[in-house]
Amino acid sequence: MSAPLLKLEGVHTHIGVYHILHGVDLVVPRGQLTMLLGRNGVGKTTTLRTIMGLWAASQGRITFAGDNITSLNTPSIAQKSIAYVPENMGIFADLTVKENMVLAARHARNQSQMDEQRLEWIFELFPAIQKFWNHSAGKLSGGQKQMLAMSRAMVEPRDLLIVDEPSKGLAPAMVDNMIDAFKRLKDSGVTILLVEQNLHFAQQLGDTVAVMDDGRVVYAGSMQSLTDDEKLQHSLLGLAL
Amino acid sequence: MNFLKDTDVRPLLLVPALGLMAWPLMGASWSTWLTLTVAGLAMGMIIFVMASGLTLVFGLMDVLNFGHGLFIALGAFVATTVLGGMSAWTESADWGANLIAVLMAMAVAMAVAAAVGLAFERFIVRPVYGQHLKQILITMGGMIIGEELIKVMWGPQQIALPMPEALRGAVLWGDAAIEKYRLFAVGVGLVVMAAQLWVLSRTKVGLLIRAGVQDREMVESLGYRIRLLFVGVFVVGSALAGLAGVMWGLYQQSVTPQIGAQVNVLIFIVIIIGGLGSTGGAVIGALLVGLMANYTGYLAPKLALFSNIVLMAAVLLWRPQGVYPVANR
Repeated sequence: MSAPLLKLEGVHTHIGVYHILHGVDLVVPRGQLTMLLGRNGVGKTTTLRTIMGLWAASQGRITFAGDNITSLNTPSIAQKSIAYVPENMGIFADLTVKENMVLAARHARNQSQMDEQRLEWIFELFPAIQKFWNHSAGKLSGGQKQMLAMSRAMVEPRDLLIVDEPSKGLAPAMVDNMIDAFKRLKDSGVTILLVEQNLHFAQQLGDTVAVMDDGRVVYAGSMQSLTDDEKLQHSLLGLAL
Repeated sequence: MNFLKDTDVRPLLLVPALGLMAWPLMGASWSTWLTLTVAGLAMGMIIFVMASGLTLVFGLMDVLNFGHGLFIALGAFVATTVLGGMSAWTESADWGANLIAVLMAMAVAMAVAAAVGLAFERFIVRPVYGQHLKQILITMGGMIIGEELIKVMWGPQQIALPMPEALRGAVLWGDAAIEKYRLFAVGVGLVVMAAQLWVLSRTKVGLLIRAGVQDREMVESLGYRIRLLFVGVFVVGSALAGLAGVMWGLYQQSVTPQIGAQVNVLIFIVIIIGGLGSTGGAVIGALLVGLMANYTGYLAPKLALFSNIVLMAAVLLWRPQGVYPVANR
């Protein structure tokens, strides 16, 4: 296994009076796609939000590329070269698709300063982004919004891409499109941490996998070993891949 | 063309619709209607300058600043000092000298209001982020203390704020007499509005403000420090309130320490009509409020403020989140 880019050690998170994460240990190897699986309500989204500093870890340690980021604020964590796509996609509905993209390109003040080659690559992956470039993002369909959320995360090179349920609510054809996009992203060398409920999606993409239950990681290993072991799948996820 | 396709134009029609509805009530008198309409537009533009910063402050950080009127009062009182000290310029027949005096008063008022706004944000607003009840109480308290300090510095009495020579009098258009100052106020308001809309639509900072109003958590997740942006917007909003204070003081031709508190209600009506956090909505809201106040002030003076509350209720029945609700809020 390659060196970890992101590491969580004994991370606890409280939201108000609720104790959600009970000591999460998670390793995301550099250059790989790690799937974070688990039933609803086991703490997957909370784990991602805690990594991003959107909810503070009450205990434990989070390191990224060797730096302790546990107590950093969200902008500082994002500036460490981490892109985050939340479950609700975080689209700015009153802005155009172009404006959403310009905003995500931190180093560009306008479209002319954006990396043209990268933009072409995104247009090739998601033609709808080019088609609706000057349209209001709020008018896009659910699938197109997910494409925009992904495009925003990809508009500048980042070391780590964190995505929460990218296939949620997408039509099957759109899911295949998304799988293709993630494969090409993987090929470009970016490290990816994905929360996913769609097991077909997870199986096709994952290099490594961590399964959560009751606010902690209960299994970590290669996706292949989980795929090959039906009993383990049943015991961890309640169904087979 | 996509812009037009994506823009909801119906709220834009409210302003001319209100004007047209008022026409028969004036006995179809062109001169009365025109005079009141220009007065309403002038008042509306001044209220827009007052309200535009406040609506963004609320949109960006959910901060209910009931102390915004303090910056308006401060601007008006600074103007009495600056214009009083430049009386030779304001009384001169040379319109250039008049203009310099007014611009100087505006610049100093904006600088003072911005500096006080910076301190207000740091010591009064920042400790109560996310706590609406405390925000209302403490910002109101801040305004009361500010008013008392104004009384200490300028005295509790009403102070006259005479208009510079070039802005006195009226322009005759047929039978209608339109005060020069009202045209000047409309002009200043249009310049401020154009500058704001340009910044909001054409610059990255503007993009960040618009995005932050919709989803500040996502803006932070993209790596931007929204707190700094908020402080900047708060300070600029305070400066604009200071500018509006000068304009409002000249409009009234006198100032009292309560001048800001008196317009606070109108400002909140404007930002609620417009949609909290919406600059375009604030323009519509301010023009509606200005026109309604002037039309009702002429037809039934005792109903002037009440009419604006009715207007707000009517708009909210049509659009419960204001004419241009901000997405994701």
